[in-house]
Amino acid sequence: MKNFSLSVKNLTRKPGRTAALALLTAFLALAVFGGSVVVLSLRKGLNSLEARLGADIILVPDQAQSKVSFQNLFLQGTTGAFYMDASVLEKALEVEGVEKAAPQTFLASLKADCCSIKIQVIGIDPEKDFTVQPWIERSLARALGDMDVAVGCKVEADVGEIIRIYERRCKVVARLEATGTGLDTAVYCSMNTMDQLLKAAEEKGVSHRMASGDDVISAVYIKVKDGYDIDNVNSRLNSRVRKATAVRTRSMITGVSDSLAGVSRTVTILIVAVWALAFVILLLAFAMIIRERSREFAVLRLLGASRGMLSRTVLQESALCGLLGGVTGVGLSALLLFPFAQLIESALQLPYLMPDMINIVWLGLGTVLLSVIVAALSSVIAAYRLSRVDPGNALREGN
Amino acid sequence: MSVVEFKDVSRIYKNGEHEQKALDHVNLALEEGKFIVILGPSGAGKSTLLNLLGGLDSPTKGTIIVNGKDISTLTANELADYRAATVGFVFQSYNLIPTLTVIENVALVKEIAPTPLSSHDMLDAVGLLDHKHNFPSELSGGEQQRVSIARALAKNPKILLCDEPTGALDSETGVMVLKLLLSMARDMGKTIIIVTHNQNIARMADVVVRVKNGKIQSCESQAAPLAVEEVDW
Ligand SMILES: Nc1ncnc2c1ncn2[C@@H]1O[C@H](COP(=O)(O)OP(=O)(O)OP(=O)(O)O)[C@@H](O)[C@H]1O
Ligand SMILES: [Mg+2]
Repeated sequence: MKNFSLSVKNLTRKPGRTAALALLTAFLALAVFGGSVVVLSLRKGLNSLEARLGADIILVPDQAQSKVSFQNLFLQGTTGAFYMDASVLEKALEVEGVEKAAPQTFLASLKADCCSIKIQVIGIDPEKDFTVQPWIERSLARALGDMDVAVGCKVEADVGEIIRIYERRCKVVARLEATGTGLDTAVYCSMNTMDQLLKAAEEKGVSHRMASGDDVISAVYIKVKDGYDIDNVNSRLNSRVRKATAVRTRSMITGVSDSLAGVSRTVTILIVAVWALAFVILLLAFAMIIRERSREFAVLRLLGASRGMLSRTVLQESALCGLLGGVTGVGLSALLLFPFAQLIESALQLPYLMPDMINIVWLGLGTVLLSVIVAALSSVIAAYRLSRVDPGNALREGN
Repeated sequence: MSVVEFKDVSRIYKNGEHEQKALDHVNLALEEGKFIVILGPSGAGKSTLLNLLGGLDSPTKGTIIVNGKDISTLTANELADYRAATVGFVFQSYNLIPTLTVIENVALVKEIAPTPLSSHDMLDAVGLLDHKHNFPSELSGGEQQRVSIARALAKNPKILLCDEPTGALDSETGVMVLKLLLSMARDMGKTIIIVTHNQNIARMADVVVRVKNGKIQSCESQAAPLAVEEVDW
């Protein structure tokens, strides 16, 4: 790069001016990078939640809805315990349009001597399950055995560790990948294990059953056959299956999607506002620099520097400021975003999953590039004007 | 063979209705390697002459030939190339870039001139090697003027144009600068053109050009110019 060292010298010898210009672009980079990471994290959280739910419809006991909000159950891991007769599963399968149905049974452990952690325990049928089982298979090659548990990524238990639930010893055999939802704080086991845990809980005085000895489940996850309208199947389930309510999973997370859209919109507006503001301020800053530096450039003109060399010097300087600001801004927002991901998640009350590292790196590079372009662009007028200063006039004025 | 030739050159400044003839049908030929002094009262057109010669301005009428080339019809970009290759400037104000050190100010021309000379050697020639890492503000006026001479020389120009180079200096430092400029003509074969009010400077010149009211009054060669030391300052 020609006259690169001159540009660098001009920047380092005027650290105040350089820092001010870099700071402006740093704000821009901070807003763009930080905002994008937050939006991407929310989107990934939502996608993961949808995939994890994996079902079109969930059947729960009639009384469940009054007991716990589904959104809380799935997003924040609020422990819910509601039960219905296991026969609901067969009845659901008989309904036209139902392709798959899988039962789950919920049990909340206690924060007491009998249990090493207070946690939501979810019993699944590995044969039938299509919501959690695929996740478990990613970390565990075999099916969950007797008294085996797979733990969500936020549960503090390592593979091989024994955790106690109602005095029963369960072995942690797998840790699941993060979903960014309350499901990360749950423990999963087979229905057999769940039966034993339910019995154990009963011995501790925690009652679940409508009548002792009955088989109970908490929810049935339903996949609708292709070509069937989910709403129609939903109403059919509601009328055919007694004592249970069918709920579309979509409706459980529309609240989430709506808030997500809201947050995305806010962030976008914020980015555009910061962008416009930074651009205008940069334009003004460079306009001031034209006055400040016209003598310096007149000297270069006098020495015979071409217009090209002079505008290149200005553009290189501003691009370097942009680079400096971009890297600072991205670094700063990384410093704020990564350590405080948990805080952001709980503040937003939405599923939040950091994008993959590679995407973050690309986003960071893109933001830096954008900062460089914006900084260079806002100095185009200055570059044009400064490359055309009349050496005679400017030097006479100076005398 | 003359290195500079003005053929019927006029430079007219228009201020609304009023026309100011800064130069009025000037004819002038100057020889290479000479120490030339241009004298004249204020407003005579001396700076105008120098600026035209330096490619900072273009004549209203006439032709200016420098080094066998007509510069009166060049475009702005061509004039920049001309300035970079052929002429160096020294002004009353030193026009150094305050954020660059002495050596960096001189080295600037490396990126501009087609055949630059070593910045180090030029600073040595003006006796300022010891100050090469100082900033201009840390030097005296005379020292700053010597830096600007070193910078002008580093472009390796044929012609050095000096407008009141000693105007801001006390006589002692002024003499030192003049000595330096004279040696550029004597030892390096440069054509040195100095504009001044100071009659004394004219006594050491090879050629004295007198300008008045935009016209050349006289252009005389002096067979035996005085040495700098002999001039009574
Ligand atoms: N850019 C300009 N616009 C209008 N008039 C000008 C301009 N430059 C010079 N002049 C006029 O042209 C005339 C000659 O000016 P010039 O600067 O050449 O004089 P000078 O001999 O250098 O004077 P001094 O010794 O005071 O520097 C003056 O009357 C001046 O007012
Ligand atoms: Mg003058």
